[in-house]
Amino acid sequence: MTELADQPVLRERPDRPAPRRPARRVPTPVLLIAPSLIFMTALFVWPTVVAVGQAFTGDDGPTAAYVRRMVDDPSFWPAVRYTALLIVVLIPIQFAFALTMALLLRERPRFAGVYFYLWVVPLAISDLAAGLVWLSIFTDRGYLNSVLDHLGVAGYSWLQFDHPVTMFLAVMVAELWRATSLVLVIVVAGLQGIPKDYDEAAAVFGATYWQRLRHVLLPQLRPSLQVAVILRTILALQTFAVAQALTGRNLPLLVGETYRWYNALLNPNVAAALALVVLGVSLLAAAGYLRLLREHPEARG
Amino acid sequence: MMTNQPGISRRALLGIGLGAAAAPALAACGGQSTSGGGGEGSVTFLSTQFTPVEERQRFEKILADKVSSVKVAYNPVEAGVFASTIQSQVEAGKVQIGVVGGLHGDLAPQADRLQDVDDLVGGRQFVPDLLELGKLGGSAQKYIPWMQASYVLAVHKKALQWLPSGADVQKLTYDQLLDWMTAAKAGNGGKPVFGLPAGPKGLYHRFLQGFLLPSFTGGMVTTFRNADAVTAWEYLTQLWAQSVPASTNYDYMQEPLQRGEVLVAWDHVARLIAAPGDKPDDWVMAPAPRGPKGLGYLLVAAGVGIPRGAPDTDRAKELIKALTTTEVQQEVLRKNAFFPVVTADPPGDLPPAVALEAAAVQAQQNADDAILSLPPVGLGAKDGEMSQVFKDCFQQICLNRRPIRQVLDTQARRMNAILDEVKVACWKPDPPGEPCQVQ
Amino acid sequence: MRRPWARAAAVQAACVAITLFMAVPMYLIALAALSSRESLNRFPLPLLPTDLSTETMSAFLRSTGVVPAFLNSLQVGLGTLVLSLLVGVPAGWALARYAFRGKEPYQLFLLLTRALPIVVLSVPLAKVFLTSGLYDTTYAVTLLHTALALPTTVLITAAVFVGVPRDQEEAAMIFGATPVQAFLRVVVPQALPGVAAAAMFAFVLSWNEVLGATILTLNQRTLPAQVLSTLSDSPLAYRFAGGLALVLPALLFIALMRRYMLNMWGATLR
Repeated sequence: MTELADQPVLRERPDRPAPRRPARRVPTPVLLIAPSLIFMTALFVWPTVVAVGQAFTGDDGPTAAYVRRMVDDPSFWPAVRYTALLIVVLIPIQFAFALTMALLLRERPRFAGVYFYLWVVPLAISDLAAGLVWLSIFTDRGYLNSVLDHLGVAGYSWLQFDHPVTMFLAVMVAELWRATSLVLVIVVAGLQGIPKDYDEAAAVFGATYWQRLRHVLLPQLRPSLQVAVILRTILALQTFAVAQALTGRNLPLLVGETYRWYNALLNPNVAAALALVVLGVSLLAAAGYLRLLREHPEARG
Repeated sequence: MMTNQPGISRRALLGIGLGAAAAPALAACGGQSTSGGGGEGSVTFLSTQFTPVEERQRFEKILADKVSSVKVAYNPVEAGVFASTIQSQVEAGKVQIGVVGGLHGDLAPQADRLQDVDDLVGGRQFVPDLLELGKLGGSAQKYIPWMQASYVLAVHKKALQWLPSGADVQKLTYDQLLDWMTAAKAGNGGKPVFGLPAGPKGLYHRFLQGFLLPSFTGGMVTTFRNADAVTAWEYLTQLWAQSVPASTNYDYMQEPLQRGEVLVAWDHVARLIAAPGDKPDDWVMAPAPRGPKGLGYLLVAAGVGIPRGAPDTDRAKELIKALTTTEVQQEVLRKNAFFPVVTADPPGDLPPAVALEAAAVQAQQNADDAILSLPPVGLGAKDGEMSQVFKDCFQQICLNRRPIRQVLDTQARRMNAILDEVKVACWKPDPPGEPCQVQ
Repeated sequence: MRRPWARAAAVQAACVAITLFMAVPMYLIALAALSSRESLNRFPLPLLPTDLSTETMSAFLRSTGVVPAFLNSLQVGLGTLVLSLLVGVPAGWALARYAFRGKEPYQLFLLLTRALPIVVLSVPLAKVFLTSGLYDTTYAVTLLHTALALPTTVLITAAVFVGVPRDQEEAAMIFGATPVQAFLRVVVPQALPGVAAAAMFAFVLSWNEVLGATILTLNQRTLPAQVLSTLSDSPLAYRFAGGLALVLPALLFIALMRRYMLNMWGATLR
């Protein structure tokens, strides 16, 4: 980004001339983002500095002791592993699922409005309630085993501490159910703005459905997908209530560990260190996604 | 596109209308009172106790009926919120809470933020151990005892059929418990019937700290890694093999007991009370088992105190006095199964489930070989990390099957690191000696 | 090429399958919340509403402060919605239409509030509000929720604004509209699905947020702070009742917003 612009830059149609505007002292975009900047700064900067500082300062000045405590904790590395695993496995599946749903809706099936509503419903459900309902499904005497019992099949202990695979799968299914709506809503909102003309033109020229999806639709959806993937990754790093409800501490996640250090162990210093790890990973991921888009600005239709 | 224009102006109008309607409402108030308090002359009572919906409703009724002199806004919160609320209010110098109530472990980290309340000790026959705990290791009274409780075994009578001959459920040894649960698992078609509250909010670490280890080793801290402790953990791995594996998801044992997933369980009395429900005749409540060194049991103490800079200290003190009258204390026992902290005869009209528990708690306290354990004294905010040491031992020894000796040595180093920071004298059941250390 | 009816049938089948996956857990929450406490302890669990009881639900709704907390939640939720759109939409527009230095750092800065587990901010945040005198008011919670909702509002509206063609906006200005008029009359209607989505997220976030509301209030709590924060300590039946009671208003809100989200696909979807 080299050009300092009080001039709008038409990134989607660079061939068009920019409309003239009277020159101003303060660039327009700065005016536009100023309220949000001031708002966030006023509310968060000082608390964040104080909280983050705790990770490195003890009673006698700067110290790395809390970071060492964090790393030495027997749950730390499992938490890192499970958090990474959950994100790497969950997010691609979630995006495939949400895209499928959005494309199905785009076919305008009958009752599409009803379908859309029901698919968005989990958005309204707090993670605590979501954890509760999936626990009641997967627990030993829960709904899933009840159904199996009705069918004459013996139940299975899905969430038992020494069944890590089904435990992880249960968390995956629950998270897929709970959080895919967020991606769906963003993708549907993005799809609304895409004119059907290109798509139909491509069809006229004999492009198959997959070709149109790959070369026409997805590129145009790129801004929405980018935002969805950033938000979803960051929010996925923040969730632990479902995993905790389903597995107790058998499947520790980083944010769950932050809460444990803060609330149960009353150690804000180590909690701050853990929070910094989460923050660092989140911002790195977000910066990575942003960079990915910037390198291919021509990819948008 | 033009067709959309009326739409947006209609919406804009709607928005303006909504805004106009909302503005006076917003300007009029910063919210509605949700605790029945906040008004003139009411005391805000922040507490970690009675968080479940029904317990809260019953306690609020007690406050309304029996504490007529003070209007109380009862505000139950999680332990973490409790701590951060007190800290932020006292540090900002704008305290709105009148009275704080919580377990010993909730109040201990707040020692510096609590007023001395020595003037409230007189006129009541408090249990001496509890009064001493309320000093939080100092010389002044920091909190006044509020309630006490303990942990017992709840047994569904169906499980009694597998009880080994010669064993008395009211006088079990740990070995008999293991034999019993082994026989029960075999008799129940291979499905275990014993459960421990080893979920994320469960209190199983209290079982380790205050029951199992003192019964096998006679101590909690000093004996943490000696040969007796190794025996205790070996025993626990055997008992765990006969326990319901879903225990790692149980927070409150009354729920799996009600469902029949578990027939025998150890837990806090308040977390077992709903198990008998309307069929108290099907249930037995028994003292915890005894080990080679005796019957180890842990006292649960809750207290009430006043934060520094609290707005209306006189009313707060009046509330604390009212909470410690025999009448209110007995009513809390009847309704919410927390035991009185003042010495008085137990009331005769207890509900059946509470009566079962009261008998078991009595038998536990009065056993000849009882070994009383107190919650850690003087550890302050390190209390949680201390409990975590025991939880991690359980995780590594019973769930991950690591070698016991090695785990105990590693965790003993962690425990000593915590104790090095606070440098306190040992508390019961360990022999008093400064500074407390794992031997 | 497959025949159209076969394609339509396949689409319907897929839609029904997904709907089952999404709706069955919802049904189970409702079922459990309205079942008698005793029937939740049976095995196998009843899968049909044969043993309905409103006992737990009504006991739950009678607990202290539920009604005022509901009003507080509503006030905070709508306040968050309005405030986050007022502050967020201009920023989203700036991100979509202008290239400016510091664009990426700005986006990352916005994400900061969502990327840091706010539990570690409990004490300093509460102190900020205590000092400013806003502690224990719904304003405090509204401000915090707005800050939490801003990243979604800004980024989602930006993504949608990118797709709005400039031609019509310019045409409107040629015909004498001011930039603000052109924005409101031409751009906003086309970006409405994105704005609606952002509004939906803001409201739902505020409606379900527990921790911030709990640390910033004492006697003027929102519904989640009043009941949800300690609900996990209550018996199972209450947890379901609370879960259902909390979700219903949010469902109503989503039903309202859905209209705006699908407006581009024509009337068939309404």
